Amino acid sequence: MLRLDGVSRLFGGLPALDRVCFDVARGRVTALIGPNGAGKSTLINCITGVDTPTGGTVTFQERDITGLAAHRVSRLGIARTFQNLRLFPRLSVLDNVLCGLSGEGGRSMVMAMLRLPYLRHRERLLKLRALEALDRFGLADKASWPASILAYGDKKRVELARATVGRPDLLLLDEPVAGLNSDETAAVGEQLRRLRAGGHTILLVEHDMELVMDIADQVVVLDSGRCIAVGSPDEVRRNPVVLEAYLGQMEATA
Amino acid sequence: MSPIRRDKVLYFLFLHRTGLFVGLLTAALMLFPLIEDNPYTLGLTNLIAINTIVVLGLNLFIGYAGQISLGHAAFFALGAYGSAVTTVAGGMSPWPAMLLVAVLVGLIALVIGIPVLRLTGHYLAMATLGFNFVIHTVLLEWDEVTGGPSGFSGIPPLGWGDFLFDSEVRLHYLLWGSAMLCLLLSLNLVRSGVGRGLAGLAGDETAAASLGVDTKRAKVKVFVLSAVFASLAGSLFAHCYGFVSPDSFGIFTSADLVIMVVVGGMGSIWGSLLGAGLITLLPEWVDVFATYKDFVHGGILVLVLMFLPQGLVTGIVDLVRVKIALRRRKHAAA
Ligand SMILES: Nc1ncnc2c1ncn2[C@@H]1O[C@H](COP(=O)(O)OP(=O)(O)OP(=O)(O)O)[C@@H](O)[C@H]1O
Ligand SMILES: [Mg+2]
Repeated sequence: MLRLDGVSRLFGGLPALDRVCFDVARGRVTALIGPNGAGKSTLINCITGVDTPTGGTVTFQERDITGLAAHRVSRLGIARTFQNLRLFPRLSVLDNVLCGLSGEGGRSMVMAMLRLPYLRHRERLLKLRALEALDRFGLADKASWPASILAYGDKKRVELARATVGRPDLLLLDEPVAGLNSDETAAVGEQLRRLRAGGHTILLVEHDMELVMDIADQVVVLDSGRCIAVGSPDEVRRNPVVLEAYLGQMEATA
Repeated sequence: MSPIRRDKVLYFLFLHRTGLFVGLLTAALMLFPLIEDNPYTLGLTNLIAINTIVVLGLNLFIGYAGQISLGHAAFFALGAYGSAVTTVAGGMSPWPAMLLVAVLVGLIALVIGIPVLRLTGHYLAMATLGFNFVIHTVLLEWDEVTGGPSGFSGIPPLGWGDFLFDSEVRLHYLLWGSAMLCLLLSLNLVRSGVGRGLAGLAGDETAAASLGVDTKRAKVKVFVLSAVFASLAGSLFAHCYGFVSPDSFGIFTSADLVIMVVVGGMGSIWGSLLGAGLITLLPEWVDVFATYKDFVHGGILVLVLMFLPQGLVTGIVDLVRVKIALRRRKHAAA
C-alpha cells in the first residue's frame, strides 16, 4: 500500500534519513522503531508532506506522492498524529475532532457563507460522527471543553480521534502512548487493535516495546537514518544488529 | 411549565442562539430611528455600520486566517473611488457599479494576495502597508481622475427609481441592513467546516495542512473576501456622503481598522461589531480622545495586546469558557 524507495533527507549535509526502503502492507500494523534521533519522525514528515525528502520516492496505492503538499497527501486518505501534540488549543474538543472531517463538509467558502439547508444537514451528520469517535476514546463527556485544559493523556486521545474520524486508508502514529500511564496505554493498544480489525493500515512509531511486540505484524528498525532490519517482531527481537544498535545506545547514555 | 418542558425550551433557544441574537439585534436596529432621530447621532451610528463591514472582513483575515494587514484602508478607498469614478465619470448606475467595483477589487486582492501572502509577520505587515501607501499616493497625485487632495464630489446617492437613500434615517436602514447581511454571512462562514479549517489554520498551520486544509489557498481566499467586504463598505461610504477625499484612506485609517479588530477580539464576529462601535464613538464621548486620537488608539492597542492577546471579546470569552470547563472538571473529579 505504501512503498518507500531510497528515501533520504539531508539536514545541512547530515543525513537524517539515508536511503530508507520498506513497504507497509494493507490491513497490517507496521511498527517503526529505533533509538532517539534515528529519523522516525522525519520519515513520517517526509511521507505526509510536512517535510520533503531530498532523495528517493514515496508511493501510495501505486501513486507517486513524493514531495506532494501536506493537504494533498491528507486528501488521498493518509492521516497522522504528531509526536508533540498539535491540537488546536482554543477550539473545543468536538471542533478539534470535526477538523479531521474538514473535507466532508464541502470546501466552498461561498456555500459555507450561504449555509444552505443541505450543508446544515451534513454538518449535523458530521457532528454525530465526531461524537461517536470521541465516544470510542471515552471522551464524549468532554466534547465541549476547550482542548487546552485537557489532561495530557486526554489530549493524546483527542489527537487519535481526530486522525481516525475520517476513516483514513493509512494511519501514521508518532508515539501515541508516549507519556501515558499503563492503564491509558492498554486502552490505546486496545483501540489500535480494533482499528486494525476494522481494516485500517497503520504505521506505528513507538518506543514502548511491549506494545510494539504485541500488536505489530511487521517491525522496521531505523538507526541513524538507515533501515537496519525489517521482519516479524520475533525475527527483529533476535536480530544481533538490532540488539547492538539498542545496546550501543544504552552504553553511550550510561 | 414542567421542568422537562423548560429544559426543552432552553435547549431549543441554546441551539438557535445565533439566529436569536441576529433576530433581536435586527429588531432593535429597525426600531432605533423611532427612538433616536437626531441626524448627528444617526450619522455616527451609520458610520459604525460602514466600519463594521470592513472590520468583519478584516477580522476574518486576522483572526481566522491568522494573518495581518495594515493596508485595508486601500481596499476601502478602491471601493469608494471606484464607485465615484464609474458612476460620475462613467455614467453607470450605482448598484451595478458597486458590484463591478467589488469584483475588480476582489481580483486586485487576488493578484496581490498570491505573492504577498507567502510572507508572514512583519514582512506581511510591511507589504500591506506599502500597498496602502501606493494607493493613497495615487489618490493624491492622479488628480484628473481622483480629484487629487481636494477630493471627489457629486457622487449620486443610492436608490430605486424615485426613492433615494438621501436622509440619515433612510441611510440607517440601508447601511445597517448591509452590515447585518455581512454579519450573517460571516457567522455562517465561521460555523461551517470551512470556518473550522480556518480556525485551525490560525492555530497551527502544519496541523491544519495535515488535516487537508489547503493553507495557502485558504489565506488568499479570506484575503480576497475581506477586500470585497472593504470595497462594498467603501462604495456605500461614497454614495452615503456624496464626497470622498484621500484623507479618509491613509495608513492611520488602516491602523484604526486593525485596532477595531483587536478591541473586538481576534476571530470574534460579534466582537467586530463592538470594536467598530467603541472605536468610532470614543472620540465623540471624550474630547481629549478626539484631540489625541492616534495616541489613545495606540495606547488601547498596546494595553489589549498586553493583557488579552486574543482581543477583548475573544479574550474574555476564552477566560470564561476555561473557567466553566475547569469547574466542571473539578465537579467530575469530586
Ligand atoms: N529541522 C531539522 N533541522 C536539522 N536537523 C533536524 C531537523 N529535524 C530533525 N533533525 C535531526 O534529524 C535527526 C532525526 O530526528 P527525528 O526527530 O526524526 O528522530 P526520531 O527518530 O523521531 O527521534 P525520537 O525518538 O526522539 O522522536 C535528529 O538527529 C535531529 O537532530
Ligand atoms: Mg520522533
